[in-house]
Amino acid sequence: MERIPIHLLRFILLAFVQIFLLKNMGYYNLSTPFLYVLFILVLPFKTPNWLVYLAAFCMGLTIDAFYDTLGLHALACTVMAWTRIIFISLTVSTEDRETEPEPGMSEMGFRWFLIYSFTLIFVHHFALFLFEIFRLSGFGEALLSTLLSTIFTLFLVVLSQFIFYRKKSR
Amino acid sequence: MRNLWIFISKYNAVILFIIFFLISFGLLISNNSYQRASTWNSSNEWIGKQYQKINNVKDYLRLRDINDSLAAENMRLRNLIPQTDSLKTTVTTVTDTLGRKQYSYITAKVINNSIRQKNNYITINRGYKDGIRKGMGVIDPNGVVGIVLNVSPTFATIQSLLHSDTRISATLSKTNAFGSLVWGNGNFDAKYAILQDIPNHIKVKKGENVITSGYSLFPAGIPIGKVVETGLKGGDSFLNIKVELATNFAALSYVYVVTNNAEAEQRKLESSNKTE
Repeated sequence: MERIPIHLLRFILLAFVQIFLLKNMGYYNLSTPFLYVLFILVLPFKTPNWLVYLAAFCMGLTIDAFYDTLGLHALACTVMAWTRIIFISLTVSTEDRETEPEPGMSEMGFRWFLIYSFTLIFVHHFALFLFEIFRLSGFGEALLSTLLSTIFTLFLVVLSQFIFYRKKSR
Repeated sequence: MRNLWIFISKYNAVILFIIFFLISFGLLISNNSYQRASTWNSSNEWIGKQYQKINNVKDYLRLRDINDSLAAENMRLRNLIPQTDSLKTTVTTVTDTLGRKQYSYITAKVINNSIRQKNNYITINRGYKDGIRKGMGVIDPNGVVGIVLNVSPTFATIQSLLHSDTRISATLSKTNAFGSLVWGNGNFDAKYAILQDIPNHIKVKKGENVITSGYSLFPAGIPIGKVVETGLKGGDSFLNIKVELATNFAALSYVYVVTNNAEAEQRKLESSNKTE
């Protein structure tokens, strides 16, 4: 509870970076980074389900407002939030959920974090591109963009974990 | 009530997911014109394409029948042409002062058809791009088929003659009395229709031909069928005549959409009657 301001700050910072920096980056429209999903990735374990959904939805809407795609990112984030809830309930024991504050790399280990973030980012990007193209015939195109963008985003997510979160736990 | 709460709290992740998903999907559809347009149009185009695929297979199996019907049609048309070879010297060119045909025809292939519903519809592989418009008449080599109901860029649906709302103006070939042809009202056999509104004093013979009157969308003289029973319901001042349809609706393959080139002119003239 006392960490709410930190999450709010993270929300604003990530949205800011996404809108003013990463929006202009990309590799021929094939690979586009969406670093803002980091906010949903590292929400604390204790966050109730409804709050996860609400936070993800708000984040998506904020991005949508600046990307002029109202509903698209919100939808992808909702799908991602659901994946997050399922993934955590399957792989993290109740004990760990009590003791560890949030699913970061320093708390959960490199390997777990990599699988966790890859799954969630992949689901998010796939939903995003599929609904952006909005045709079943564009399935292959969506899958290719998803894979390339997932690699880009994952790289940035892992990098940010190395930079910001390592010192705190040691 | 308690069980409901338990259920909701147990599956709250799924329920919340559905709620948020629907909200964002609603936002997406209502605010992004591309997604909105393709939600309602891609489905139509998609369905049309599926019908066409199925039809490609069906066509192969029906090639013989289609060949036969085309050969028969060819023969009929050939008979209509005057024997130009033997009469070459006497042929004179008649210049029509109107300068154009009143009716022209667009060939189309039937890609979906039903005959066993209460209201039957036909889909053809021609649409707006080919000049098909709502309300045009549709015939096939044997007789009347229906009326164009809805048109998309590449497909059109036809309200079949086998539809309870279809009424076609028809006359008896010998007496020239005219009435309207309907289907439905307890008669759901694809082979028969009822000719209504023929006055009681008209003598109708079995086997008499029923043709289009030319008062509606169709050119005059297109065959509709033959009288099989006369005066089904006696007592009224009108006869109800049972007609065996000339068109075999179960085996439709190619149809012609009739374009009435003078329709706009006729409408304009007729509407001026009402204003006076």
